[in-house]
Amino acid sequence: MAEKKFPQRIEDNLQGTIVYNIPFPTGDDLSGLKDMSPIVIKYPYSIDYNFSYGQDSPFFAALANGRFIVSREPKTGYTYANPRGHDMYTGRETEWVEIQPEGKIHAFTVCHFGSEAFLPETPFILILVEFEECDTLFLGRLVGVDPDAASLDWIGRKVRGRFLRNAKLKPTDIYFNLAE
Amino acid sequence: MRPVYVVSGGVSKFAKARPDKTFQALVKEAYDYALSDLGIEHEKFVELVDGSVASYFSDHFTRQLMAGIMVQDYLGLCPKPSHRVEGGGATGGICFQEGWKNVASGYMDICLAFGFETMSHVETWKGNEFIALASDVSFDYPVGGFYSGYYAMMVTRHMAEFGTTVEQLAAVSVKNHANATHNPYAQKARRLTVQDVRNAPMVAWPLTREDICVMSDGAACVIFASEEGLAKLEKASGRRLPRVTVAGIGRGTDAMRMADRPHQSYEDFYKFHALPVEESAEARAYYKSLWDKGFRYPGVHSFRAGRSASQQAYRNAGIQDPLKELDFIELHDAYTSSEVQTYEDMGLCRYGEGGPFAVNGKTFMPGVDYGLKLKEKPECPVNPSGGLIACGHPVGATGLMQGVFALWQLQGTIKKHFKDATLQVPNAAKGAIHSHAGTGTYVTVSILEKEK
Repeated sequence: MAEKKFPQRIEDNLQGTIVYNIPFPTGDDLSGLKDMSPIVIKYPYSIDYNFSYGQDSPFFAALANGRFIVSREPKTGYTYANPRGHDMYTGRETEWVEIQPEGKIHAFTVCHFGSEAFLPETPFILILVEFEECDTLFLGRLVGVDPDAASLDWIGRKVRGRFLRNAKLKPTDIYFNLAE
Repeated sequence: MRPVYVVSGGVSKFAKARPDKTFQALVKEAYDYALSDLGIEHEKFVELVDGSVASYFSDHFTRQLMAGIMVQDYLGLCPKPSHRVEGGGATGGICFQEGWKNVASGYMDICLAFGFETMSHVETWKGNEFIALASDVSFDYPVGGFYSGYYAMMVTRHMAEFGTTVEQLAAVSVKNHANATHNPYAQKARRLTVQDVRNAPMVAWPLTREDICVMSDGAACVIFASEEGLAKLEKASGRRLPRVTVAGIGRGTDAMRMADRPHQSYEDFYKFHALPVEESAEARAYYKSLWDKGFRYPGVHSFRAGRSASQQAYRNAGIQDPLKELDFIELHDAYTSSEVQTYEDMGLCRYGEGGPFAVNGKTFMPGVDYGLKLKEKPECPVNPSGGLIACGHPVGATGLMQGVFALWQLQGTIKKHFKDATLQVPNAAKGAIHSHAGTGTYVTVSILEKEK
């Protein structure tokens, strides 16, 4: 039987970085290597995740349908503006309750820089919203206000939630406008 | 728990980027310094040390899982016990406490705590994205994940609630950058004015670039010992080592999503969170008036985790009035605002008084010219080293760096290590280090004391 031939050599100029002529001592004296500049290489790194919203999924389904639901402890009535499957005080399972996303600005900032993912969106305004029906706050974006006119007077202003027409299944499917 | 001595430490040069060394070799730089200061050769130390704790924050920055063991390996500590700790910005502070625990529990007589971060592996804005992944990726991160933004929201609430001003915050930046001009380890030593801070590019209103710490590459390590461990090290080095002990530790936590933090009543504040200095009738009346005006605790303006950590640490170290009893504090000033918030959590002043307290002079160093008019004399210098804002913040190393600087203060050896005596706190006998994560999710406070 004829012996199958396997290539003994890697074809090294078909893809990726090709380096020619990295300086290196030609003789036997390697003592200069301690003074060599470090080699820095750059390469991309990206991943696709299959991420489950788990028990918080109904919140995103609600946003996709233009509705806003919050998590309430059935006995004490303590209500979280963010989805939370179990109450932190009683340990009991919470129930979903629908509210109108209308509230007041509790705190805010205008981001003139941001993480790389959000740099193209700068300047953008982040707010923490107080809802009458909730004991905790809700983080969202405020839209339709001059970001260069930031002022502490914004705190306490009334805001109303508005939904993206085409849901992206992110918490940004709801954003806020001033209500007055 | 048995007594634990902090016997030596080392800090690598912190810099925007250290491409000259891998993270293993960066730690080795700090480790070699600690050993040389101890007067012990590596071979002897390896014979004596029982194990280690490793700290680094982000697997994203290293793009290397189990980087802790790679340091253990490089230092030549295998097969001794070790583990890695992680807790956001407080990673280094947690590592310090785990090192203490290894010895206090009797598990080890000599323990090395080492930490590092190599944040230059990605561009700054990608780095901000990695850091923002330390916020809830389902609810906080997608809205505009950016830690400076989260802290800026706390600031606006602090300002609205208490009348804190941006100039008061800027004074913290002036102080810490000026202190750092005497610290050769600092990454960003500068002489600034309040106006310089305000004129710097706005990052997240109202915080400018000079209100915010920078990203760094760097490493630090601290060596802990029991009585027996100390005796072994002294025998090996042939000299008596300065006695600095860990007098007490404390740690606190809070909700990951800042929005989920509670807004507690006056009664609950006093039941769970008040410090001994807040028990007077006058303090109670002050707080009652805050609650009458609508103040709720902790809200987003205060760090319940920082208060909880302080309470435990003070209780363990027998501290009643921290401002009077602590000679200095190295605290986690990732933002000028968080330094001001932390004054309140640590009980240096009352909640709501952090702004005026920041500019009254009590937290400044004697002997440093800040170009500011300060009404009062220094009482408890805060961040004499320059803090995170000026030294840099290679996350896993930061809390340990604080431990090293605190050790040198208590040994009275700042001049030896900084080649400049300006930052030596006179007669330093007791100091605190404070490490802080997330929007206040993990906070550690450790008290170090010179043995009388």
